[in-house]
Amino acid sequence: MTMRPAPRSLTWRRRRDAAWRLLALCCACALTLGPFLWLLSTSLKGTGEVLQGTGMTLWPQEPTLANYRQVWDSQPMLRYFINSLTVAVLAVGCNLVLCSLAAYPLARMKFPGRSWVFVGLLATMMMPFQLLMIPLYDLAISLGLHNSTLGLVLPHACTAFGIFYLRQAFLAVPAALEEVALMEGVGRLRLWWHVLLPLVRPSLATLGVFSFVAVWGDFLWPLILLDDPRHYTLPLGVNRLVNAFSLDWRWVAAGAMMSLVPILVVYAFSQRFFIEGALKGALKA
Amino acid sequence: MKRWTLERRTPLLFLLPACAVIGAVVLYPALRVLVMSFTDYNMINPPQAVGWANYERLWADPLFWSALGNTALYLIVVVPVLVIAPALLAILVNRALPGLAFFRAALYLPVVTSLVISALVWKWLYAEQGLLNTVLLSTGLTDDPVRFLTEPDHALFSVMAVTVWSGLGYYMVIYLAGLQSIPSQLLEVAEVEGVSRRQQIQHIILPLLKPQMAVVAVMSGMASMKVFEEVYVMTQGGPLDSTKTLVFHLYESAFVDFDMGYAAAIGVVLFVLTLGLSLLNLRLLGRP
Repeated sequence: MTMRPAPRSLTWRRRRDAAWRLLALCCACALTLGPFLWLLSTSLKGTGEVLQGTGMTLWPQEPTLANYRQVWDSQPMLRYFINSLTVAVLAVGCNLVLCSLAAYPLARMKFPGRSWVFVGLLATMMMPFQLLMIPLYDLAISLGLHNSTLGLVLPHACTAFGIFYLRQAFLAVPAALEEVALMEGVGRLRLWWHVLLPLVRPSLATLGVFSFVAVWGDFLWPLILLDDPRHYTLPLGVNRLVNAFSLDWRWVAAGAMMSLVPILVVYAFSQRFFIEGALKGALKA
Repeated sequence: MKRWTLERRTPLLFLLPACAVIGAVVLYPALRVLVMSFTDYNMINPPQAVGWANYERLWADPLFWSALGNTALYLIVVVPVLVIAPALLAILVNRALPGLAFFRAALYLPVVTSLVISALVWKWLYAEQGLLNTVLLSTGLTDDPVRFLTEPDHALFSVMAVTVWSGLGYYMVIYLAGLQSIPSQLLEVAEVEGVSRRQQIQHIILPLLKPQMAVVAVMSGMASMKVFEEVYVMTQGGPLDSTKTLVFHLYESAFVDFDMGYAAAIGVVLFVLTLGLSLLNLRLLGRP
């Protein structure tokens, strides 16, 4: 029979374990943050600095914002930004309203055909967008939605995932609240707006930031739908930099950094929703 | 009586806007794509029914088979990595540690970055005289620069690395949710009993994460099947079609060649493949 380790060695082991974890995490974070730092470094390098190969430095010797100025002056970055923001705001707004409307009866009312609606919505989640985009493109062309904001918003305007996510949130609201309001003669629509929506605000916020990130980063659909650079969103605009500057990576890096800033700001302010959202939503996605 | 009919209509009115949009952007296109796959539609002439001709072309198209092979390889490599690595990361950031919030945020950052940007950054890192090659050469790990994206033998793996990099944080959070349901007393007892940390991970934590692993396997499998941006930005399917995936082949057929009927047939194949994974997904998630 061997001796059990004494408590003192337990704290020692805990400290050693924490040290190992710190070391491992620093390596992992170097891997996830490193590429961003390299992008930042490249974007700050002046024309006199070596970008790659021998003589290249990790950090610019004389950091300059000239590349940002160059990209801003020669490319309609503000236009791209406004386009992206318009599409994102409209899509997120539509998604929140339509999903929360549809989630309410699915969570709270009994009606014939409910299970059919449910199964139908589930089925739509299995359709890869890459397959739907072929007829969707055809449809958009025939409706005159080519090069339009509405066309960009449409595929994001309502997601079955959002409906399921909010239904889950509505299910958690105590039924008594609703019954009292119904007895008082409050209509369903007012009930939805004044009672239910305020109660599920955290879930709405989570769904909001998730759909924002999805729309903001969307590339494939705008790539297909748009051929007029005036309607380009940021991902398309940044991709265009690669061709526009015959690959001067300083400018590409500066453009990429500019497109990163808005999402970083959103991320900084809503980080808890991302983590919470993934915690709650992922298992039902 | 009036109230009764109103009550019956209400749920439908709530559902109507959402169902209209989903009908227009999912159900209608889904039916259209199936019909289209049996036509020679090319956006110019009205579609003519051609029977199974598109599927016969698929069967005989070596590019389709190599794209299918590339997509299969993608799944085989990416899924195991995305099942294991994020689980280990989640274990690292689960318990209290100085700077924990920073670590979590930093590991999640690639997830919120749009894929185009990630792919551009990595294209830059992968450049023949880029940072990665400079580090590899100066440490003597290689004698010649690695042609990450221009060598047919390993271009696909370079692309996969970007998919993994962008997904790590997302799946890590799913595992975090699982870890939080493991009673901490269990691990404390193990610790006091002198079970080493590695044994705790191997024999207690990882087995308890099995449900999450199944979910992550299915989700990352679905994501691997749909990879597009990484390929588009970094390689355009090259060199020698070595990074051409099913979705990229579909994209080129539909929006470069405007061979819509043929692209629709690829789409139907893609759907059948994802359906298998989706059904698995539903079974896993349907459990209480």
